[in-house]
Amino acid sequence: MGQRRSPLDALTRPPLDALTRPPLDALTRPPLDALTRPPQDALTRPPQDALAGTPTPAPRDSGSTERYHGLMTPNRHVAGLAEHRSSLVPLRPPGPDAAEDRSDERLSDVDEWGRSEHMRELVRRYGDPMYRYWFRVEWQGLEKIPLAGGALLVSNHAAAIPSDAPVIMHGIEKELGRPVYGLADYFFRQVPAIGTLWSRLGGVTAHPDNALRLLRDQGQLALVFPEGAKGPSKSVRERYRLRRFGRGGFVEIAMRAGVPVVPLAVVGAEESMPVLFQIPALARALGVPYWPVTINQLVLGPVLGTVIHFPAKFRIRVLDPIYFDVPPGHERYSKSRVMDEAETIRQLIQETLYEMLRDRRSVWFG
Amino acid sequence: MGKRVLVTGIDTFWGGRMAHALEGSSEVDVVLGMGIREPTIALERTEFVRSDQTYSILARIVRATQVDTVVHTFLVTDSTRTTAKAVHEINVIGTMNLLAACGAAGSSVRHMVIKSSTLVYGASPYDPTWFREEDVRKEPPRTPVERSLIEVEDLIQDFAEDNPHTVVTVLRFANVLGPDIVTPLSSNLSRALVPSVAGFDPSVQFVEETDVVRCLEYFSAHEIPGLYNVAGKGRIPWSEVLAICGRRPLWLPPLGTRASANILSRLGLIIFPPEIEDLLHYGRGVDTSRLEASGFHTRYSTAGAVRSFIRALRLRQSLGGDDKPLYRYEADVETFFRHSPAVVRANEP
Repeated sequence: MGQRRSPLDALTRPPLDALTRPPLDALTRPPLDALTRPPQDALTRPPQDALAGTPTPAPRDSGSTERYHGLMTPNRHVAGLAEHRSSLVPLRPPGPDAAEDRSDERLSDVDEWGRSEHMRELVRRYGDPMYRYWFRVEWQGLEKIPLAGGALLVSNHAAAIPSDAPVIMHGIEKELGRPVYGLADYFFRQVPAIGTLWSRLGGVTAHPDNALRLLRDQGQLALVFPEGAKGPSKSVRERYRLRRFGRGGFVEIAMRAGVPVVPLAVVGAEESMPVLFQIPALARALGVPYWPVTINQLVLGPVLGTVIHFPAKFRIRVLDPIYFDVPPGHERYSKSRVMDEAETIRQLIQETLYEMLRDRRSVWFG
Repeated sequence: MGKRVLVTGIDTFWGGRMAHALEGSSEVDVVLGMGIREPTIALERTEFVRSDQTYSILARIVRATQVDTVVHTFLVTDSTRTTAKAVHEINVIGTMNLLAACGAAGSSVRHMVIKSSTLVYGASPYDPTWFREEDVRKEPPRTPVERSLIEVEDLIQDFAEDNPHTVVTVLRFANVLGPDIVTPLSSNLSRALVPSVAGFDPSVQFVEETDVVRCLEYFSAHEIPGLYNVAGKGRIPWSEVLAICGRRPLWLPPLGTRASANILSRLGLIIFPPEIEDLLHYGRGVDTSRLEASGFHTRYSTAGAVRSFIRALRLRQSLGGDDKPLYRYEADVETFFRHSPAVVRANEP
């Protein structure tokens, strides 16, 4: 595209363009009226007209020939223009380069949500040993996740630094080759570096508009944790007991987008970084949603324990997709219906978790 | 009968551009420009009135000229151009007077086009990725320009309700880049080091300057009412904007951004008005599906707008002279070509 337009071209283009403009129009139009007339004239004239009560416009074509002759005597306006020239804003009427404008060449592959496939690829490559050998993730019923079209993945949420989100996103991308967007709290965007990294890896602010656009307009997979921060911040004594599922907003979004909800039950995340207790005062002072003290920190020390998860065995069971029998696109749905559905899904995940825990022989070996 | 159009702020970049574009339209009979200074563009048939935005003068101008369309371009969106007090005076009081004049009994105004800005949405961590026109910002406005623009839009809302027979169009333009427009962002991008906030790489959105004029022209020609976001397609990370322009980031600390930016701008290294502080943290994107449904399509994507800006800048720098415009409007030459009997014209009747 760059080679088509040389500097010379740009310089010669505007006058040519001016020539090819509809000449008839230019002839009939009162030419350069505003320029040749001193500004004082323009200032005083309209009010006078107003006072005289003559709002009718002056006929356009009258006396156009005299004006040409007047203009051909050069000194009248050229002198006045000379002072203006330095302040003139350059004008380039839209030229023939309209075709090249449409190109949307990019230098990076960061999409509108901030996700970069290149960054994902890096994390997939270097995170895979963690997924495969540290957490030894096993999926059950992965085929229930649709291979095309939008779907809202709903999961339980645990561990002080939640390990479930990256594991689910990695697993689905690895096994199904579909990108997953993780809907997360507003809070993440405020954290320098972490916020940007999270968005490059597929994190999106959990705003209803965003979810709707992802699910309905773009037919993507979105992952949501309806427990929000209440999930990871709960203490180890309450492990695998689901918190309240927000206000059921996720059900409403799925209804509006006309996509199914696919519930996931994750076993293992709870033990990967269990929370002993909270320090609410510190959390308030730092402006973060919660500040936990974890068992990892007791075992591995304050530095390593903050960043390293225990190698708990992960099992993820995909439940049957739930299709809501409502017309999509409504602004609001019956609140009781929404709450019923949300509660049903919560119960379903809860019971599946108990079921999976009954079969689990060891936290570390599954 | 063609249109009679009043362009407010003819002395501003956009007013001049808009008047120039209207002059080329055969649908428009009269172009009337109003401004406190002389236009900076050579205009052919635009009548120019030097006036400030006091109500009595505006009302007389509107009444006397019987304009049917008003294109309101003088809203200030760049706080480096003037003081906070003047921003309020120009944006809020000026618009209030204009609306009062246009809504006066027996007014001939049928259509108003207002050039607003996506600054009304602000930029915060609570934002959706794409703002729709009906979205309301979560955080109160923090800068004088944003406050005044929100106040202006409220006034326009009232005006539209009180004057149901007047078609009111409000166009919210994203940050503009282009060959000629000078904004705080374009001035920063013209330098080797561009301010960036460490740890943040916000996705930003731009609209190209010719698209702005085309859009204003489209909506004033078609008399489509409503509120529209206008921006190029796509959002791109700030780091990519720098990469397209071949610039290096000048890192500002994520905490105390304002204070350190103040020092650097005092030293003349960067230009950092309060409007871009949040933008460089969180970015901003607006949904343009309503605009597209209206039939207007931008020619440049966001990346295209950045390229259009940097290519013109490179040419300018290669030719030497940083501030000299690429092409000067040679008015006497143009006059000769258009009107001299010596020039042979193809379609002469």
